[in-house]
Amino acid sequence: MAVRVEFENNNEIGVFAKLTNAYALVAIGGSENFYSVFEAELADTIPVIHTSIAGCRIIGRMCVANKNGILVPNTTTDEELQHLRNSLPDSVKVQRVEERLSALGNVIVCNDYVALVHPDLDKETEEILSDVLQVEVFRQTVASNVLVGSYCALSNRGGLVHPRTSIQDQDELSSLLQVPLVAGTINRGSEVIGGGMVVNDWSAFCGLTTTSTEISVVESVFKLNDATPAAITNEMRASLIESLS
Amino acid sequence: MQHIKEEEVEHGVARILCCKCAVVIEPNPANMCVPCLRTVVDITEDIPKQVTMYFCKACERYFQPPTEWVHCALESRELLAVCLKKLKGLNKVKLIDAGFVWTEPHSRRIKVKLTVHGEVLGGITLQQVFIVEYTVANQMCDDCHRNEAQDFWHALVQVRQKAENKKTIHYLEQLILKHKAHENTLGIKPNGEGLDFYYHTEAQARKMVDFLGSVLPIRQQHSKRLISQDIHSNTYNYKFSYSVEIVPLSKDSLVCLPKNLTHQLGSISPIVLVQRVTNAVHFIDPTSAQIAEMNSLTYWRYPFKSICDPKQLTEYIIMEMEIVLAKDRKFFPGQGAVSSKHVLADVWLVKASELGINEDTIHSRTHLGHVLKPGDSVLAYCLADSNANDANLDKLNEDKIPDIVIVKKHYPDRAGRRRRWKLKHLTEDGMLVDNNKDYDEFLDDLEEDPTMRQNVNIFKDPNNINIPVDADEVDPHAPHITLEEMLDDLQIDDDPMDDGEGDEMDGGES
Repeated sequence: MAVRVEFENNNEIGVFAKLTNAYALVAIGGSENFYSVFEAELADTIPVIHTSIAGCRIIGRMCVANKNGILVPNTTTDEELQHLRNSLPDSVKVQRVEERLSALGNVIVCNDYVALVHPDLDKETEEILSDVLQVEVFRQTVASNVLVGSYCALSNRGGLVHPRTSIQDQDELSSLLQVPLVAGTINRGSEVIGGGMVVNDWSAFCGLTTTSTEISVVESVFKLNDATPAAITNEMRASLIESLS
Repeated sequence: MQHIKEEEVEHGVARILCCKCAVVIEPNPANMCVPCLRTVVDITEDIPKQVTMYFCKACERYFQPPTEWVHCALESRELLAVCLKKLKGLNKVKLIDAGFVWTEPHSRRIKVKLTVHGEVLGGITLQQVFIVEYTVANQMCDDCHRNEAQDFWHALVQVRQKAENKKTIHYLEQLILKHKAHENTLGIKPNGEGLDFYYHTEAQARKMVDFLGSVLPIRQQHSKRLISQDIHSNTYNYKFSYSVEIVPLSKDSLVCLPKNLTHQLGSISPIVLVQRVTNAVHFIDPTSAQIAEMNSLTYWRYPFKSICDPKQLTEYIIMEMEIVLAKDRKFFPGQGAVSSKHVLADVWLVKASELGINEDTIHSRTHLGHVLKPGDSVLAYCLADSNANDANLDKLNEDKIPDIVIVKKHYPDRAGRRRRWKLKHLTEDGMLVDNNKDYDEFLDDLEEDPTMRQNVNIFKDPNNINIPVDADEVDPHAPHITLEEMLDDLQIDDDPMDDGEGDEMDGGES
């Protein structure tokens, strides 16, 4: 299910939250509404953690994470680092990186197996990335934008990219990532996909202004509706027909 | 999704869904399809949809800001132009098409349908069609207002010249026509020795006085008469009068300068001819070709009158002539400017009426040596025979007064000839001052003096322009106005419909 949510009247919720298959991070806001929405949706399955990074609320843009680990910029304070280590499951590795492009969420996008990174990212960061998050790293652009993290949203089941991404680029990225990709928009026509939404394998959150068309695109590309009966019949049709015949 | 994939493959460009209506579109800056975008932004929001226009009921004209009133029929191109000019905010969009939507003629509403192109959200061009409704409101135009008030005047300019020779007044009339200085007048009346100009406001009258001061030597007096007052609101209602007196000297008059003025003007000899009147008076001394210029201030300090006027000109025939050579001319220190255009000559003359009767020639010295030759006929003042009543002349030594002063060359053939050109007049019936002789002389002067013509609009006379010039009849040396200098007059066919507009059009030539 894709859920619409708003952070203090701001629709760019990918900025204020980070969602993986093993945990979710949300920024500390003035009210608990934002947190509550995540909690209501995810609390049964994964921990939802309040945090700040380097004293900032824009945690979604500062860090890069998947179920295996999380990378934070070197401006992150020791207290924050300690808080993350305490709150996250033990299997999740937390690592600080010395990177000039410190808004890691903007320059890196990843799922549990692959990551696309900014072409100018440090070699060292790339190595740490592949070690900690256990991903295969590709230096790529999305629709000629180097900020791959901003213009792309990725899960293990699919990906949404900048609307101007050409078909060749989509095919190339899709073959690197081994997931289907679709060009689309979020937040009523916004091109900043990564900034406007967060997604994991079974749920997605997007800004309050996102239209139903965009929601339906999101749900279909990230296959969030697989649990519905219709999807099950679709999937099982081949075998059913075979057994009936 | 499947559907989209197919399209993408077909066209080779990425397609997305419109974020509002899920139509497949090419990505654009708003990522919306055009119909959806149109519901979101309005490119005509800066353009007013209801506008008031002003219409003068009396003359049926529409007001076109800032000051114009124009005639236009309903649903005409002109009316559309007036309507579009009233619309603010049209400069922010590109106007593609405009046309009228029919409305009942008595509804006092005009509807205009506009099609505009505008740019929205970083480079998408939208086209939009909308209707603007104009409400026609009544407002009386200035002209009708003035008419209704029966041309009630508040200011009066009285122009006077107290002299026999009225050429300056004729010249002034032409100057006013040329500069269109009479546009704001409520009325012009010939009055005794000059003209009266009536105005609605004092400022218009003052402008006229300033104009007069810039073209003629004048002095002016200002007075006002209290008509009514309101002590409570401290308003006073006056009628203003400007009395403008033109220096009473005209071209070709002979004057005798006071002694102290001759000193001031470069020791010019006291008996001089008025050569020209502009905003100063230009003199020439016929015996030495010395020239001088006197402004109105100087004149009113030492006022004097002419001693001979063109009425007294008599015709003489040149019997002998001798150019005065430069070495024979007398110059003295402190002498004013001497004209280089004129040539001094000694001439011996006989009165035309006594030619063949009287063998005695009279000697005179003239500045017209460059145009004269023996046998020519000239017009001159005979001072010896005249009875000038002038204090300055009486003080002069009799020996220094020339017997005869030659004014100009005479072209006797010209008298009966019809002119191929004509002038405009301020009033409908023509003459301002009833003196046809002066006016004829003024026309002759125009033919002779090209510098004077520069300030005058000369029109082709449609009745005479096609008369062939007979080489035998006309002296080829006689001055004439070339066709290039003449203007075509505006001709209005005498339709019964146009009767009322004839006088309005008169000012619109040039």
